[in-house]
Amino acid sequence: MDLSVHKKIESISFSLFSPKQITESTSAKIVTPELYDREGYPVDGGLMDLRLGVIDPGLRCKTCGQKLKECPGHFGYIELARPVIHIKFVRQVLDLLRSSCKSCGKILVPDDKMKRYTSMLDKEEDDGEDGDLDSRRRKVKSLVSKFTGKDKCPHCGTKQEKIKIEKPYNFYEGEIRLSPIEVRARLEKIPEEDLPIFGFVSGKFRPEWMIITIMQIPPVTMRPSITLESGERSEDDLTHKLGDIVRINQRLFENINAGAPEVIIEDLWDLLQYHITTFFDNSVSQLPPARHRGGQPLKTLTERIKSKEGRIRHNLAGKRTDFSARTVISPDPLIGLNEVGVPLKMAMHLTIPERVTEWNKEHLRKAIENGPKKYPGANYVIKADGRRKTITEETKEEILAELEEGFIVERHLVDGDIALFNRQPSLHRMSMMCHLVKVLPGRTFRLNPAVCNPYNADFDGDEMNLHIPQNEEARAEAKILMLVETQIISPRYGLSVVGCIHDAITGNYLLTKELVLKKEEAVDLLYSCGVDNLSSLPDKDKIDGKDVFSVLLPKDFNFIGEDKSGNEVKIVNGVLKKGLMDKSNLGQESGLMLRNIYEKYGPAYTADLLGKISKLGAAVLARRGFSIGVGDLDLLPETKEEISSIIKKAEEEAFKLIETFYAGKLEALPGRTIAETLELRILEVLNKARNKSGDVAIRQSRESSALTMAKCGSRGNPLNIAQMTSLVGQQALRGKRIESGFNGRTLSYFKKNDLSPKARGFIKNNFKSGLSPSEFFFGAMTGRDALMDTALRTPKSGYLYRRLSNAMQDLKVAYDSSVRDASGKIVQFMYGEDALDVSKSKKGALDIKGIIHQTTGGRK
Amino acid sequence: MKAEYVTFVDSYADKLPPSVLTEVKESIPSDLTKSELTKIMEAVVLSYNTAKINPGECVGLVSAESIGEPGTQMTLNTFHFAGVAEMNVTTGLPRIIEIFDARKDIKTPMMEIFLKEPHHTNIDKVKELATKIKETKLSELVSEYSLNIFDQLLKIKLSKELLENYDLSTKEIVKNFKTKTKGFEISFTDYEIVFTQKSTKPEEIKELYNLKEKIKDIKVRGVKNIKQVLPVKRGEEYIVLTSGTNLKEILVLPEVDPSRTFSNDIHEINEVFGIEAARQAIINEVYRVIEAQGLNIDIRHIMLVSDIMCATGTIKGITRYGVVKEKASVLARASFETPIKHLINAALEGEVDKLTSVVENVMINQPVPLGTGLPGLITKMK
Repeated sequence: MDLSVHKKIESISFSLFSPKQITESTSAKIVTPELYDREGYPVDGGLMDLRLGVIDPGLRCKTCGQKLKECPGHFGYIELARPVIHIKFVRQVLDLLRSSCKSCGKILVPDDKMKRYTSMLDKEEDDGEDGDLDSRRRKVKSLVSKFTGKDKCPHCGTKQEKIKIEKPYNFYEGEIRLSPIEVRARLEKIPEEDLPIFGFVSGKFRPEWMIITIMQIPPVTMRPSITLESGERSEDDLTHKLGDIVRINQRLFENINAGAPEVIIEDLWDLLQYHITTFFDNSVSQLPPARHRGGQPLKTLTERIKSKEGRIRHNLAGKRTDFSARTVISPDPLIGLNEVGVPLKMAMHLTIPERVTEWNKEHLRKAIENGPKKYPGANYVIKADGRRKTITEETKEEILAELEEGFIVERHLVDGDIALFNRQPSLHRMSMMCHLVKVLPGRTFRLNPAVCNPYNADFDGDEMNLHIPQNEEARAEAKILMLVETQIISPRYGLSVVGCIHDAITGNYLLTKELVLKKEEAVDLLYSCGVDNLSSLPDKDKIDGKDVFSVLLPKDFNFIGEDKSGNEVKIVNGVLKKGLMDKSNLGQESGLMLRNIYEKYGPAYTADLLGKISKLGAAVLARRGFSIGVGDLDLLPETKEEISSIIKKAEEEAFKLIETFYAGKLEALPGRTIAETLELRILEVLNKARNKSGDVAIRQSRESSALTMAKCGSRGNPLNIAQMTSLVGQQALRGKRIESGFNGRTLSYFKKNDLSPKARGFIKNNFKSGLSPSEFFFGAMTGRDALMDTALRTPKSGYLYRRLSNAMQDLKVAYDSSVRDASGKIVQFMYGEDALDVSKSKKGALDIKGIIHQTTGGRK
Repeated sequence: MKAEYVTFVDSYADKLPPSVLTEVKESIPSDLTKSELTKIMEAVVLSYNTAKINPGECVGLVSAESIGEPGTQMTLNTFHFAGVAEMNVTTGLPRIIEIFDARKDIKTPMMEIFLKEPHHTNIDKVKELATKIKETKLSELVSEYSLNIFDQLLKIKLSKELLENYDLSTKEIVKNFKTKTKGFEISFTDYEIVFTQKSTKPEEIKELYNLKEKIKDIKVRGVKNIKQVLPVKRGEEYIVLTSGTNLKEILVLPEVDPSRTFSNDIHEINEVFGIEAARQAIINEVYRVIEAQGLNIDIRHIMLVSDIMCATGTIKGITRYGVVKEKASVLARASFETPIKHLINAALEGEVDKLTSVVENVMINQPVPLGTGLPGLITKMK
């Protein structure tokens, strides 16, 4: 590894190149449009000149003498026969022409007035009022327009004429066209002192540099050619464009020298202007874009930089990396919360560089002996002088012989190595966490289902990425700051984002609710989920489920909380005395019990406990058995009757409302028309009916697995069950009943202006009995609406997120707890007004009541 | 709580933030001994110090993530009905976007007008105020327009029923015409107004027609912009919900309680109350939407966004014209939107990028000045 002396870039300054700077800083003058000679060797003075850098392996750069990948490339230049306007500066040139005198070059504002205006402009800028170049220019322009009414220069008295622009780059004074030569001459006249008024820097900048006389040629490394399979060379878009420029430039030179008629020269000049313009920007709206022979537009400089796929966002702000892997994920409840199962095949390609020392020499030696094809082996060795050697059957012996301390061995991944695991979209910091590697057979990444939630992952074909940090610093940072257990508490709301899901919740719920086990069963159950200290298990023949669960809890843990249905949960000295374990204590985004354990016993303990609890839940279900079927949705005959009478009543009520509406007796709600009132009232009645019958169904339906799941919060909710057993209910579009899609009716099956429940999307059947065709259609309508909603929402919220993160990414907490941006400006004097870290707090606050309770011992 | 205890708790002011102190004061039981209180305070200080934010923490990004991530779970549905008798309000993602954009013309401007002591429980009084402030235009009262071309007359008939409803007389209405009906003579009876053209040039029929269109927009009563009013019950009292806002004119009304009445137009609040009020308004509005969606986001994150929007003293949206434009770094601005424009202007202005923020350092492969990239380590080499 390299020495710890780093060159650090302190700042980057931006400015314009002057013609002099260009000729001085470049390494080659380009004179010919030809690229290669007959042997395929780059022509001197051509666009692929060897002085501009190398792109062919084996050749050396003529400027710096370095080889491919070492030479950064060097700029060249061409001398233009006639000056040309730089398309990106047209607006600035126009403003300067309009605001300065044609003969003396001074700004068209009298001196005495100017002083006042300058200080005004500067002051506004200091006040932070739109301190950018465009707005300043706009202000100067309006200033100047105040005085140009007089038509005469206040300094020398020359009459001024109006300057017009014919887009994209032709200037006219009155009716006469100003050639770039004339434009340049005028810009030259602008005195240095006037430049700051327009917001330009004086000293480093001259306005005439915005007109190109000498043009830089980018190095070949920036526009490498590709050799096709057929051996043919295909040049980069930029090279094509530059070829055009050089060719036209040569012809212009020749014509001028030969004394060709003015018309021909003008034409060529225009053509040169066009080519140079499209070289900078091939999407100028008034110009036809330059195209390939196939008709596809060239990608020139501006297109290279711009947009999401451009240089800035694609290559500079986002980078690609080695030592990464991607594959499908699948669940494995038996591995730890902070582990990731890595396929063996991947573990043999992803490597970790390990420096040979006297302590690890033996096992690294073994790894080299195993080689790249036998696990756990090694793929490369980097010698002390920095040379890299591939380990193969043939080189193995030699490498082993010369292996000494200081060498670096790139060995295969082994259990316990550190990896970063990520799933896109990476919306929050829990989308990329550090896991410990567990090498497993198979071809998929394995992860504990409890960490699905922070990644928002499921196993319907999701893929995830794995990265292997390559140095100690990165590994230390990953392990200390990014390990799964350190991320259990979300910084968004201060509760746990990791928790038991599905079977793990159901299992613990059933265990603590109703199971009584034989002693042998209890021991078997606990042992299977990794508990070996069973001393706290009561010595009885029949053991209550609560006691089995309590074995997992730490002995000095006290907790009082609520379960999902609001009943008290009480844990005294590590024994669950009262209450059930369900989603509100074990689950994610609530998990109050977990939150307390996290605070008292720390991240590592919590992760371990969570792993055991979820294994216990799964083990309970595996032994007890748990499944659902259609039978779970059966209702007693009297319940069925009750539900149908509720529906009937509601429908009658709705009809009554409609009748009163037609009779004109319906009283309007404040701020609503009568028709709206009717809709709202009907909606209310029908929704009430759904809720009521749902309640009836849940209350009366026998114990079923579906209901158990809904009750403990592991999957489904009472509404789902109600929709399956009793009725689906009113379908709503945009908060209203379904409105007419045809003329006056929702479907041609109904009569016109039918306001009855069933004609407006009320589904009185349930999913078990099946829907009528019209009901099914209404259901599909709301389904489509929901689908549209998600499809439209994702890009919108994505853009909002991008803007937020871009605006706020520099904000950090300073050592005095204030929040500052990158330039040190204070945004908040104290972060969040109390400098609390949400991810270290309980729901964003200190647990003061808890502290008081502890010191006073619960006395009121 | 004893005064002695209060001063004792307050003596921790340099160690604990005010919000924690108040919470302690509120929640300690009355029969506490001094030694217990000392113990409690020490424990609170300890737990505060462990929960304190680390210097260098990139709170901005954490907040952006905390708001951006649940954005995918918000509804796009613009309107919702909070109860039967409420107004349509923009909610969900569109409203959040609207606030963060700092848009000047919001989709559903709205006010909640609270009334002062004696009036606020009296429904009749509240209703009276509601009708008084509602902007009523002439066209709402007119039942018939008739243009008489021969006599150069415009006759409008007012609806008797509505006039009584609104408690307006024709005389009062005519008073509101003022200069808008210049060049016309006005005469009126009980429910009819007649406009006669003063000059009788026959070609000026067009004038009459223009007049007809013009008088439609004349405000006969109420406060400008208040398009709809709705008195509703809030807890014990009645308040008036309006669609359309005009804080300036509503707040000066004698019945209105100016300390509680508010609008959902951030810019208007900034104009009337100032930037601190606007900052709080942004927090309240965003928090309200997030709560209505059943999402869980800590208030600190919203506060930070609101603060960065208001930090310069004016409201800046989270757009390329607002907050992002204020950034000192050229590369940071260029990496967001319109990169070419920023690079060109930077060259002309001769800007220097000091590389103090995040993206630039990512671009040039240097450690980012946040978190673990912030501190330097100085060590003596042996």
